[in-house]
Amino acid sequence: MITKQLLQIISHVQIAEDTFEVVLQSSLAKELKPGQFVHIALKNHMLRRPVSVAGIDKENNNFTIIFKIFGEGTRELSQFRAGDALDVILPCGSYYPLDDLQLDHALIVGGGIGVPPLYYLAKTLKEKGVKVTSVLGFQNKDQVFYEEKFQLLGDTHIATNDGSYGSQGFVTDIISGLPDAFDYYFSCGPTPMLKAVTNQLEAHNGYISLEERMGCGVGTCYACVVPSKTDPTKSKKICKDGPVFAANEVLLT
Amino acid sequence: MSLSTKMPGLTLKNPVMPASGCFGFGKEYSQFFDLNELGAIIVKAATREARYGNPTPRVAETASGMLNAIGLQNPGVEKIIDEELPFLRQFDTPVIANVAGSTVEEYEHVTKALNRSEDVSALELNISCPNVKEGGVQFGTDPELAKEVTYAVKQASNYPVYVKLSPNVANIIGMAKAVADGGADGISMINTLTGMQINLKQRKPIIANKTGGLSGPAVKPIAIRMIYEVRQALDLPIIGIGGIVTAEDVVEYLLAGANAVAVGTANFQNPLACPEIIQALPDVLNKYGFESVEDAIGKGHEA
Ligand SMILES: Cc1cc2nc3c(=O)[nH]c(=O)nc-3n(C[C@H](O)[C@H](O)[C@H](O)COP(=O)(O)OP(=O)(O)OC[C@H]3O[C@@H](n4cnc5c(N)ncnc54)[C@H](O)[C@@H]3O)c2cc1C
Ligand SMILES: Cc1cc2nc3c(=O)[nH]c(=O)nc-3n(C[C@H](O)[C@H](O)[C@H](O)COP(=O)(O)O)c2cc1C
Ligand code: FES
Repeated sequence: MITKQLLQIISHVQIAEDTFEVVLQSSLAKELKPGQFVHIALKNHMLRRPVSVAGIDKENNNFTIIFKIFGEGTRELSQFRAGDALDVILPCGSYYPLDDLQLDHALIVGGGIGVPPLYYLAKTLKEKGVKVTSVLGFQNKDQVFYEEKFQLLGDTHIATNDGSYGSQGFVTDIISGLPDAFDYYFSCGPTPMLKAVTNQLEAHNGYISLEERMGCGVGTCYACVVPSKTDPTKSKKICKDGPVFAANEVLLT
Repeated sequence: MSLSTKMPGLTLKNPVMPASGCFGFGKEYSQFFDLNELGAIIVKAATREARYGNPTPRVAETASGMLNAIGLQNPGVEKIIDEELPFLRQFDTPVIANVAGSTVEEYEHVTKALNRSEDVSALELNISCPNVKEGGVQFGTDPELAKEVTYAVKQASNYPVYVKLSPNVANIIGMAKAVADGGADGISMINTLTGMQINLKQRKPIIANKTGGLSGPAVKPIAIRMIYEVRQALDLPIIGIGGIVTAEDVVEYLLAGANAVAVGTANFQNPLACPEIIQALPDVLNKYGFESVEDAIGKGHEA
């Protein structure tokens, strides 16, 4: 059941250039599944900001989000401190249907600020005994985060656009050099990256998670739609039917 | 303290309802609070066929407001009657259906279809959506067309008809009089104001449709002025809309001459906006010396 809560910030630290990791205390933390997001209110803004769940701590009832300063809203979010409270709607959206999938080996493909939800996913997969291979793309060296954390979960490859860290180029360049031996791929990142990845991995089963500007974040306003692949005259709501979709479910434009 | 107010077809336990397009068909927000608390519910626009709406991005944030160009996306009137409205039956809260179209015939068609629904108490005729190319906007800016479509819908409808006016006109009184002549039972105002926002880096409008409808606190002074003028010019009940966030805002609307209000964009910021406003309303009315909602209606005109 979706709820609005006032959540205390337990920690708020910078982990890369313009990138922050925030831990929030919530009685609902253990209900947050990989792929879901929370919708955060900010004093100086009419609209909330969607941010993905990057991990949960069941025992201590808290969860982690990671965000990058993109505009005024995320800048305001970067100025909070431990001890402050945030007005949050949670849990929002769909999640990776892990219980329904036959999985031995998963390929994780993340770009920039699409990486955080995949960390929670990769960690959950590893706990289920699934082998995880991760391919993560960033703009440059200063933007890279969580590399060591992903390495603890499995083979991890980093690409940067400018070659300042890892291999130079895009995640798709790395994927072409990897063996095909995974059952499913899971990808989150900017739409051009998702398009390239879904084209490249067309022969595989996959799940992608999408971003769109949101009004309500709960499914009432039709701001966040994406065309259905089978019938482009119909649409799915990213905030409610998504953000996680089967790769063949939606039409990326 | 009595919060109740009466208008054609509507006996409201309080004057607060969610505005069309900002509450879907109620299901999502029913997870946050008991919809019995609402005065009424105005649901998302219905058109004859399902509509997909405009390309994304469809929303952008502005100073004290937002722009939207959803483009009246909805599943079509038949599906709304069969699959969406029955959910609202369980609540003791009147439902106002929002009717949209591109031609007079389409408005009539949607209106007649709604006659078969048992779940509706009144219609809100949307002649003011700025986000669809054909229809919508001309009906809301041309008094002759506004009168014609109001008359056609009024003839076709079993329910009282509230006509939702566009603020994108120079002479709001002329528009109000036109729909009154067409037989409107009431007026609701305002819909969004056409606006635009340009992204500096991309050097292009943020909304894919280029223009969108401005809503939120930014539009409230315009709505208050228009309601004040219309209340002075004629004697139809008014549902006041635009930028309402607090119970103080509601009282300001009552003073301007609104009989009830609808809350739009504020629902997105706070899913509990409506129940919180309703809860605060008695104290705020009391603070400003009113004995009931009806006592405050139009009092801004006495000075
Ligand atoms: C489901 C989902 C999960 C997300 N998860 C993360 C995450 O884990 N970490 C992270 O850093 N970012 C995430 N984002 C993107 C993040 O929401 C935007 O970067 C943020 O809203 C930008 O707000 P702003 O005020 O800084 O930018 P501004 O450009 O000033 O924002 C103006 C408006 O545009 C909206 N907006 C701008 N960019 C985006 C975008 N890319 N997606 C959606 N709305 C946008 C804002 O919400 C706001 O309404 C996610 C987006 C979605 C939809
Ligand atoms: C996302 C969105 C969708 C809307 N859809 C409709 C609609 O379908 N029909 C309608 O008559 N008005 C629609 N409106 C207008 C609102 O009902 C309301 O008139 C307007 O937003 C001003 O009120 P507010 O400032 O409280 O939001 C919509 C507004 C928004 C923001
Ligand atoms: S943001 Fe309102 S429907 Fe998705």
